[in-house]
Amino acid sequence: MRLYDVDVSSRLLLGTAQYPSPLVLTDAIAASGCGVITVSLRRETANGGASGFWPLLQATGALILPNTAGCHSAREAITTAQMAREVFGTNWIKLEVIGNADTLQPDPFALVDAARILCADGFVVFPYTTEDLIVVERLLDAGCRVLMPWGAPIGSGRGLRHVDALTAMRGHFRSVPLIIDAGIGAPSQAAQAMEMGFDAVLLNTAVAKAGDPVAMARAFGQAVAAGRLAFEAGLMPPRDMAVPSTPVLRMADLGLGGLR
Amino acid sequence: MRIELNGIPTEVAAANLADALMALGYGGTALATALNGGFIPVAARATTPLHDGDRVEVLAPMQGG
Repeated sequence: MRLYDVDVSSRLLLGTAQYPSPLVLTDAIAASGCGVITVSLRRETANGGASGFWPLLQATGALILPNTAGCHSAREAITTAQMAREVFGTNWIKLEVIGNADTLQPDPFALVDAARILCADGFVVFPYTTEDLIVVERLLDAGCRVLMPWGAPIGSGRGLRHVDALTAMRGHFRSVPLIIDAGIGAPSQAAQAMEMGFDAVLLNTAVAKAGDPVAMARAFGQAVAAGRLAFEAGLMPPRDMAVPSTPVLRMADLGLGGLR
Repeated sequence: MRIELNGIPTEVAAANLADALMALGYGGTALATALNGGFIPVAARATTPLHDGDRVEVLAPMQGG
């Protein structure tokens, strides 16, 4: 899979928050086979309270996608992106501009404003967006070449809540890499997104909060791969009525009644 | 002077951001700074003066989704 002009080895992207321990986190990253991990910037205490985390992630070899999680204005997100670019040494940014504290849904207006400024400043922007087609067009106009529509509210684990809208988005923007971001709770939901033709899935809580995060990471890796393979293989069209799969032709007539 | 460091009122004597970080125990390299909401790159810290009431944010890599 190519994201902007970078080849990415896996169609699963994994968040790094909420794991029971650093060891479980790195084991989960390895077990998932993911090629990209997301990170954030948070307030540092004096004497380097969080300094061990960054070398740990660098050692995984995964590509780093910093986020602007928690930002509620374009200006906040832009400053955070600039800070992330310097610390993480990448111009990739997962652009989140939250518009509602309950649903954590993107503010599409501020998102487009921030995306335009960041793209012009040389950032490679991965915008967390709703599936609204007009917003998507504006994001593409702003310079985004990859989009990350939400599946369900962040951390909810509800799966794809707006399948029709996501199907329309996929259909309208066939050549734009689309990554389902947020709301995935089970491997079956990730597989569903992949079967629908989405290019990749980004998730965090479903793995981090699983009973066994490392095993769940592996399960998601396999589900994403299976869903993609199914999409490429071409799913059968659904039918309204039953159609026997075993041939009817040359079936024995035992003369014992029943339907013919 | 008194600045607000990561939301906490803090007394500093240093005249610029680089010296203030040193004095406050931020010696690590993986840090990003902002002053009054605007990004201050590493290279500009030594030439960024601090004033009473400034809001300074010092951020580091952290877990994220």
